[in-house]
Amino acid sequence: MTVHFCVHDEGDSVGVVVVEGVKAGQTLNGWIMDQDRMIEFPARSDIPIGHKVAIRQIAKGDTIIKYGVDIGRAVADIGAGEHLHVHNVKTKRW
Amino acid sequence: MGINLKNATFEGWRRDNGRMGVRNHVLILPVDDISNAAAEGVARNIQGTLAIPHAYGRLQFGADLDLHFRTIIGTGCNPNVAAVVVIGIEPGWAGKVAEGIAKTGKPVEFFAIEQNGDIATIANASRAAYRMVKYATALRKTRAPLVDLWVSTKCGESDTTSGLGSCPTVGNSFDKLWENGNTLVFGETTELTGGEHLVAARCRTPEIRAQFMAMFDRYQAVVEANKTSDLSESQPTKGNIEGGLTTIEEKALGNIQKIGRKCTVDGVLDKAEEPTHPGLWFMDSSSAAAEMVTLCAASGFAVHTFPTGQGNVVGNPILPVIKLTANPRTQRTMSEHIDVDVTGLLQKRMNMDEAGEALIDCIIRTADGQHTAAEILGHREFSLTRLYESA
Repeated sequence: MTVHFCVHDEGDSVGVVVVEGVKAGQTLNGWIMDQDRMIEFPARSDIPIGHKVAIRQIAKGDTIIKYGVDIGRAVADIGAGEHLHVHNVKTKRW
Repeated sequence: MGINLKNATFEGWRRDNGRMGVRNHVLILPVDDISNAAAEGVARNIQGTLAIPHAYGRLQFGADLDLHFRTIIGTGCNPNVAAVVVIGIEPGWAGKVAEGIAKTGKPVEFFAIEQNGDIATIANASRAAYRMVKYATALRKTRAPLVDLWVSTKCGESDTTSGLGSCPTVGNSFDKLWENGNTLVFGETTELTGGEHLVAARCRTPEIRAQFMAMFDRYQAVVEANKTSDLSESQPTKGNIEGGLTTIEEKALGNIQKIGRKCTVDGVLDKAEEPTHPGLWFMDSSSAAAEMVTLCAASGFAVHTFPTGQGNVVGNPILPVIKLTANPRTQRTMSEHIDVDVTGLLQKRMNMDEAGEALIDCIIRTADGQHTAAEILGHREFSLTRLYESA
């Protein structure tokens, strides 16, 4: 079975797409690595390889968690399954 | 694990100071930018030599000048170098560089251009280089335990696959090498931002932790004093963002995977300083690939591991740079730059121990003499770090 996205830890807000050509509407196989568990999740955006998919509903101002650690804040509401990147998340440092 | 590191060996050159080298360069080393032409002239005359031109060395002062000397002398001292011809515009600083390198016991001679001109300098330095190639090519390789190999790491053009696959592969191999007693280094001070607490927690003693945090805080102050934005497109780079990394915190957490799960940070180094005992060292450094790898070479490291996501192509004149990637698009589109393919990690076709062992296998093959992708493709980036303006 192809792994479409990887999640570092089950508490994370995001997964990373690890295949090329993910399209909105596609059902994705996700691998939660730390817990070694597979999940299924629908993509709601076209997402390039290496880019992140939100795996839960995120409100503007929320902290984004990856590796179980704070990686920044949402600057817009982000729906589960949507592309999460520089257009809707910013650093809390600098 | 499959590889027994206690019994693992490699073949290289034992230098007079006891250090093991894995390449046997005769280096033509310019002290300053205006001596590059003469150094390159010597390298054209004498086969088997390598000139390493660079952009600096004039009117530097204070800590910036100290770093220049430390980097140039350290490069000449590196055990991958058998012998050195130093060329400077005048004899004072050229002699100082030669004196620093001579402490290793290797042959070194210096030449100055003023009152001679380029043509006579090239002729005189070429005769010295000729003798050094005769000397270096007569040296025989000897077998040494793997523990004698100094291994550095720095990642580049990272993306999200770096944190998922290639950086944890280095971390797995570093855990194994650290337990074996090897001398290791990582750095990239600003690229720990957001994960500095995780590195601090790994420092072996409170003293080392305080030293690390002082270096981290100093570098943050440089960013704060000079920034005109949130550094987006610089740190993370445009390439990082194209690869899916969104913030410095996310990039840092991927970067930190390179120090594995078991290693402790056993000491800190200023730029181009040499470690004084085995273990994992943190070097306060730029995160720019060529600068950091150049500093690792100047600190005496013999093999470098370089995880990449989007495909950084960096190499170094004297330090073999091993590239690994977990990104299947990078592996598909630019495989000639990749020495170790760990894309299988993200499809569960390979586990982390297998990836770490594949990297250690490549480290040993590289030490034994197999050329890396960057060596074969002619990447010889020699990039000196500057601290501030010249006088």
